[in-house]
Amino acid sequence: MLENIRLSFQGIWSHKMRSFLTMLGIIIGIAAIIAIVSTITGTNEQIKQNLIGAGDNNVNVQLYMGDSTYEIEYSGIPEGVPVITREVLEEIRGVEEVKDAALFVSRDTYNTIYHKNTGITGGKLYGVEKEYFDVCNYIVKSGRVFDDGDVSNFRKVAVLDEDSAETLFSGEDPVGKTIEILKEPYVVIGVVTKSSKFEPVINSMDDYYMYAQRSSGGVFVPYATWPGLYGYDEPQKLVLTVNNTEDMTAAGKKSADILNSYLSVTDNTIQYKAIDLLEQAKEIQELSRSTNTMLIWIAGISLLVGGIGVMNIMLVSVTERTQEIGLKKAIGARKSRILGQFLTEAAVLTSLGGLFGVIVGIILAEVISKLTGTLVAISAPAAVGAVVFSMIIGIVFGLLPSYKAANLNPIDALRHE
Amino acid sequence: MILDLKHIYKDYQQDKLVVPVLKDISLQVEEGEYVAVMGPSGSGKTTLMNIIGCLDRPTSGTYELAGEDILKYKDKEMSNVRLRSIGFVFQSFHLLPRQSALENVALPLSYAGVKKRERRERAARALERVGLGDRLNFKPTQLSGGQKQRVAIARAMVNNPKLLLADEPTGALDSKSGKQIMELFAALHREGVTIVMITHDKAIASHAKRVVQIIDGEITEGSKEVQDA
Ligand SMILES: Nc1ncnc2c1ncn2[C@@H]1O[C@H](COP(=O)(O)OP(=O)(O)OP(=O)(O)O)[C@@H](O)[C@H]1O
Ligand SMILES: [Mg+2]
Repeated sequence: MLENIRLSFQGIWSHKMRSFLTMLGIIIGIAAIIAIVSTITGTNEQIKQNLIGAGDNNVNVQLYMGDSTYEIEYSGIPEGVPVITREVLEEIRGVEEVKDAALFVSRDTYNTIYHKNTGITGGKLYGVEKEYFDVCNYIVKSGRVFDDGDVSNFRKVAVLDEDSAETLFSGEDPVGKTIEILKEPYVVIGVVTKSSKFEPVINSMDDYYMYAQRSSGGVFVPYATWPGLYGYDEPQKLVLTVNNTEDMTAAGKKSADILNSYLSVTDNTIQYKAIDLLEQAKEIQELSRSTNTMLIWIAGISLLVGGIGVMNIMLVSVTERTQEIGLKKAIGARKSRILGQFLTEAAVLTSLGGLFGVIVGIILAEVISKLTGTLVAISAPAAVGAVVFSMIIGIVFGLLPSYKAANLNPIDALRHE
Repeated sequence: MILDLKHIYKDYQQDKLVVPVLKDISLQVEEGEYVAVMGPSGSGKTTLMNIIGCLDRPTSGTYELAGEDILKYKDKEMSNVRLRSIGFVFQSFHLLPRQSALENVALPLSYAGVKKRERRERAARALERVGLGDRLNFKPTQLSGGQKQRVAIARAMVNNPKLLLADEPTGALDSKSGKQIMELFAALHREGVTIVMITHDKAIASHAKRVVQIIDGEITEGSKEVQDA
């Protein structure tokens, strides 16, 4: 076997140009596949990071009516949706995948928050418990967040996130200043920021509303003061944090199930659901995958053509080496021996092509990455798989020529000039 | 008796025409004999040798090699017989051009499953025996015709076969190289190897102890012993 491989290299080397041209089909096919796979993997990784936010691991659970979020503005809290109590929250915290959880309420704001004459046009107002900031991985940039005193005394204090601070105060330090929320004065006590910054690059799906909500600025007030702003009728929302990104779906689902078990609504389309970012990420990945499936097909066809090229050259080689084959059979080589020799040669040829293809593919992927600014992830299993696959192509397409060689009649073969 | 052929016929199918090439050939060769097969071109010498060498099967007739009915063997067993019991020498040498003399000679050993180390040793010894101990790593293109044929003889003999078949071994050589080859054959004959050699050349045939004439597919001078020169 080793001997066969050595001889194959010898044969390939003695026909450098021909061998290279034969390998070209395989090289191009494999290079294309490696480049595509690397780009897909890289893009997927990026989407996942962007959509979920690296290290963020937050899941939002809220009330839905059918497929859309329940809008309080239209009909108030529906009959049979109870207030989520501390006990229920503790039950959710007890779910295996859930690291921590907090309740909050929120509303989109349209020109309801002002500092002097500057308003937030498309932001969000949150009524939160003091744990909320921890659960959502906010870190305090300046000032402080709410404490027990703020909550028990119904203090009209507010915390801004970086975006709303920038919108309202454009660089000034907001701490200590007063803002106006629904005409009520609130004192800004702190500014918070996400511990990991969320900067999407891909704009391929409308599901980016999550991102839109976050980036246009949020203002936080103690949950206790919420009724003073909007009255009591506000469905609560839940935010979870999990340890593993992979757990997000499960944690969201289990928590929603717990909340739903307390519902006694007549309209059973009203339900708590998790905003499943992981699922969304997967959907986007599916999307990019399906567009790339076509490219994989093209690469596959190129490999097929490459394989046929290998078969063709191997057939030529068998004809050229008729005498050699005849001699070998005359002096006692078995069919299997000849078969093995030619199969090995075909396999070595295509494996070598595969190896070059992987190298070219990696270079290609890096170039694509440089040009388009997308991430590429070169996977070792894909590279190894590509070489093995090339080898299999060699064996499959080498089968016919090798079989022909093995079954040559030694007399005719020796007579061949 | 090492070779025992009885009533061998061989026809070739040429389009719809049946061409008889060998007609009722019977030939017996004792172990250790040195036989020359002579005859005009196209008389069927190579065809006969292919049958003796288990490369081809006769259309009819019986053939026993060292008492074994060879014709009932399958392909795989036939190649084993060729590997172990028969050495071939051809007019045009048939060496593998990219392999060294040593590798060419070692080839049948690898088919016989001999370990690499031993292969090299035995191939080297076989080459020394034909006087090419100093040319082990030469490629065929770097060797003269006579040297190439000696490499081929070393290859034929490396598995120590009982029978050496040579089809015009000196046909492509000048008379001096031809003489060297004949000396080698004589030495092998003395060692007890059975030799069947096809030749056109009377002088070459005279080295053999017995000459068989084939004319038009028939043996005309069967077992006539040649006078020792
Ligand atoms: N495969 C074949 N198909 C048809 N006819 C063949 C075949 N092989 C040999 N023959 C015919 O058989 C006859 C004998 O051929 P063979 O090669 O045995 O002759 P030879 O005695 O060895 O001649 P030479 O001295 O020229 O080598 C020739 O007429 C040849 O044309
Ligand atoms: Mg002949």
